[in-house]
Amino acid sequence: MHETRDSIAEIWGERTPYVGEWPIRVDERTLEEPDQWVQSACVLCSNGCGMDIGVKDGVIVGVRGRAIDPVNHGRLGPKGLHAWIANRSQERLTQPLIRRNGRLEVASWDEAMNLIVQRSQEICARYTSGAIGFYTSGQLFLEEYYTLGVIGKAGLGTPHMDGNTRLCTATSAAALKSTFGSDGQPGAYTDLDTTDAILHVGHNTASQHTVLWMRILDRRRGPNSPKLIVIDPRETATAKEADVHLALKIGTNIPVLNGLLNLIIEAGQIDRNYIEAHTVGFEVLKNTVSHWTPERVEQVANVPAAKLRAAAEILGTANTLVSTALQGVYQSMQATAAACQVNNLHLIRGLIGRPGCGIYQMNGQPTAQNTRECGADGDLPAFRNWDNPEHVAELAKLWNVDVNIIPHWSPPTHAMQIFRYCEQGSIKLLWISATNPAVSMPELTRIRQILQKDDLFVVIQDAFMTETTELADVVLPAAIWGEKTGCYTNVDRTVHISHKAIEPPGGARSDFDIFVDYARRMDFRAKDDAPLIKWNTPEQAFEAWKECTRGRPCDYTGLSYEKLSRGGGIQWPCNEQFPDGTPHLYPDGQFNTSYDYCETYGHDLDTGAATTPEEYRANAPKGKAFLRAADYLPPHEQPDQEYPLWLTTGRLVYHFHTRTKTGRSPALHEAAPDAFVQISVQDAKQYGITEGEMVEVISRRGRVVEKAIVGEIEPGVVFIPFHYGYWDKPERSRAANELTITEWDPVSKQPHFKYAAVRIRKAALVINQIADAIGQDADTVTTVLKP
Amino acid sequence: MHLGNYLGLVHSSEQQLVDAFKQVAEHHGDEPDIYQTCMLLSSWSQEHVKALKPFVDRYSEEKNDEPERLSQSLFEEPRSGSLALLRDLHDLWLITNEVHLCWVVILQAARALRDVELENLCQRLDNQTHRQQAWLLTRIKQAAPQTLVVAA
Ligand code: SF4
Repeated sequence: MHETRDSIAEIWGERTPYVGEWPIRVDERTLEEPDQWVQSACVLCSNGCGMDIGVKDGVIVGVRGRAIDPVNHGRLGPKGLHAWIANRSQERLTQPLIRRNGRLEVASWDEAMNLIVQRSQEICARYTSGAIGFYTSGQLFLEEYYTLGVIGKAGLGTPHMDGNTRLCTATSAAALKSTFGSDGQPGAYTDLDTTDAILHVGHNTASQHTVLWMRILDRRRGPNSPKLIVIDPRETATAKEADVHLALKIGTNIPVLNGLLNLIIEAGQIDRNYIEAHTVGFEVLKNTVSHWTPERVEQVANVPAAKLRAAAEILGTANTLVSTALQGVYQSMQATAAACQVNNLHLIRGLIGRPGCGIYQMNGQPTAQNTRECGADGDLPAFRNWDNPEHVAELAKLWNVDVNIIPHWSPPTHAMQIFRYCEQGSIKLLWISATNPAVSMPELTRIRQILQKDDLFVVIQDAFMTETTELADVVLPAAIWGEKTGCYTNVDRTVHISHKAIEPPGGARSDFDIFVDYARRMDFRAKDDAPLIKWNTPEQAFEAWKECTRGRPCDYTGLSYEKLSRGGGIQWPCNEQFPDGTPHLYPDGQFNTSYDYCETYGHDLDTGAATTPEEYRANAPKGKAFLRAADYLPPHEQPDQEYPLWLTTGRLVYHFHTRTKTGRSPALHEAAPDAFVQISVQDAKQYGITEGEMVEVISRRGRVVEKAIVGEIEPGVVFIPFHYGYWDKPERSRAANELTITEWDPVSKQPHFKYAAVRIRKAALVINQIADAIGQDADTVTTVLKP
Repeated sequence: MHLGNYLGLVHSSEQQLVDAFKQVAEHHGDEPDIYQTCMLLSSWSQEHVKALKPFVDRYSEEKNDEPERLSQSLFEEPRSGSLALLRDLHDLWLITNEVHLCWVVILQAARALRDVELENLCQRLDNQTHRQQAWLLTRIKQAAPQTLVVAA
């Protein structure tokens, strides 16, 4: 084995302090000497680190970071260095399965695909294609999403298609659209090389984007160290590094951000010329935030006024600033509204569109950006506006279909509503690809009930059996990263290609091949009777996608497989005008808000009411950005006598999503083998709980039993990581989402995973009581406490 | 002068909205966005009722039972299910339109009376009424195709 560093023990590795050009450090981990390196990029978070896959005798034997890649300069984090081992797991699915007489049984591809086609046709004939829904992922490749998007929108014509990106990144898209007129992160990671200050809002960078954090730490240890401000209720590793940590109360992002904006406006630290020339809405914003004095913020959000002032002083005086927001914003109350305040901060200070100034409405999953771009979530491809008939007509022309087949009479259905339609019975076929809602969605009892409904036909394609495949009617074995070729785009718009390095195991097929096969069997046709899906290979699909993006903000027309295979990733837009890609959007303060070009006409941040085309046209911002203001609305569920604590959920550095891959790496598994509940020292004392003791956590929706970890969290708050389900530990109710709430942000429709009211008690008490009562030992009882 | 009559009309219509939004929230508690948003919009109408009070006093309200009659026919029985939801949102939209029209009428009177305070109030509250209508319309448009075409 060869390992350049132990990333489990030293997550971020050795420091390479710098300012200017980030030094190269190639991280590598191989079990054997590869006889070939194949170009790829990591698919375990949205950072999108360039990596090479080491292959020997047709098997992946390791990975190394790509030194020339602009994203990571050779570095890789623990997940990137370890999770590839899952490709060769013995537990990979290799044959299709069909449920017969209540049991999943092995079937041929023909049998499985014919069954899906037969059901699709029956359902369309009887109930229309509005009875078919798709729930996809943030882990497939661009070519797969685009193919799926065209099948859904122009083949079947169903409005019900979304990704699990709804759970992780929908607010990112919603906030960018609300402020700038379209999706697309304004900055580049190179901004970190020179910036004066960094702001993380609800983003535990050290844990979620380890390689990004290495870059920040390296800057912090170098000359001209940038100031760091962290807004997070937990004392995370990120928070510990901060110059100012605002440990706010759950659900109070808006008070804190409004408070910061107010101080900056009051101090006159704003760029009046920029505001005047490039934005609309300043007076309303100013008026709204003016009520949030530091004292009032302290009252509502528990953030000391002096700390708020210290943070505002840094944010108000920095000449350059990089801000990031993530799930602490996106999965909490007023998600889109709060994310927009981060955009506002940059706009009122004119800190956008130039080196050192970046806003990252971070993405969660590695290819979430492509789910959004390609129309595999609740959007139209290439950031087109479903409410703009011209945009819909462009797609109809491109695909050569009747415009009326494309569902555009109301917004594409978001995931939470798709599951609601399944629950109510109007969706009869749900096709899930590469995700695991039975662990990742809120309120799991409900989700399991829905997936088990007799009148819902559930198709799943995955690489492994999961908690969700257990409930499926058809399971299709999927080839994954390393076993197929395709492209994906990270959070700073950097597009990477990932080449096929090895063959998939057994009969597993790529998601791309599965979708194309479905389209052929369904015989989807264009107006000229030619097949609707005109491509058979990922490269052909990429070429088709390029045409779809021509002239749109995410213009890919200057890219090709050949160009992407030459070196590092390239940032879109990449076209004739910008053949080497584009580091910064909006350098001239011209935003994508014109009526004809914008991706949305906007929404009311409090209710989600859509702005009508007529209203939008009347207020025509003509290229100016929107300063969107919002006042505070408290979370819907508050702790009370019965449920006196806040639960907040989140992720761990060693795992990805529901651990289907990371859980199969022995090193990652051992580093974080089980869920836990983190409680404050004060609460531990009050409940008489000591470190390592089993604790029962109960909400109005469910219950779990977890081991206690004490400390580094505010009193009154408990934390449970959401990765852990039941595939490798069926005996204990432990999935955090047993407890979470079914509700969502009015604009982005992202569920509120960050708060729920719970109560806790020592599990031993309960278990021993039950054990006594039924005359069994405690272990047997624990087994009974299944979800 | 009949301004009191119209203030009475809008006052009781807003009160109807307070109750009707709550009722719809409760009948459709299984639809999380309906529940949360209707409760929020009910609280807006509650604020309107409060804000109207001084003006109702100033122009001495004449009792007007028209909106109550309207509401009674709209919300007779609790209904649940997707068609019922559509119908309830539809009915809410009708009441908000009643309120909106009241604001238009009262605003004209306020201008004729040079009552700047009442004028400002009308504009501020009508803006929120418009936001209520906009949400209802958005949600109705979303629900209509699935409810009328696909659902059994
Ligand atoms: S930071 Fe993200 S993309 Fe980079 S190696 Fe780690 S998991 Fe992979």
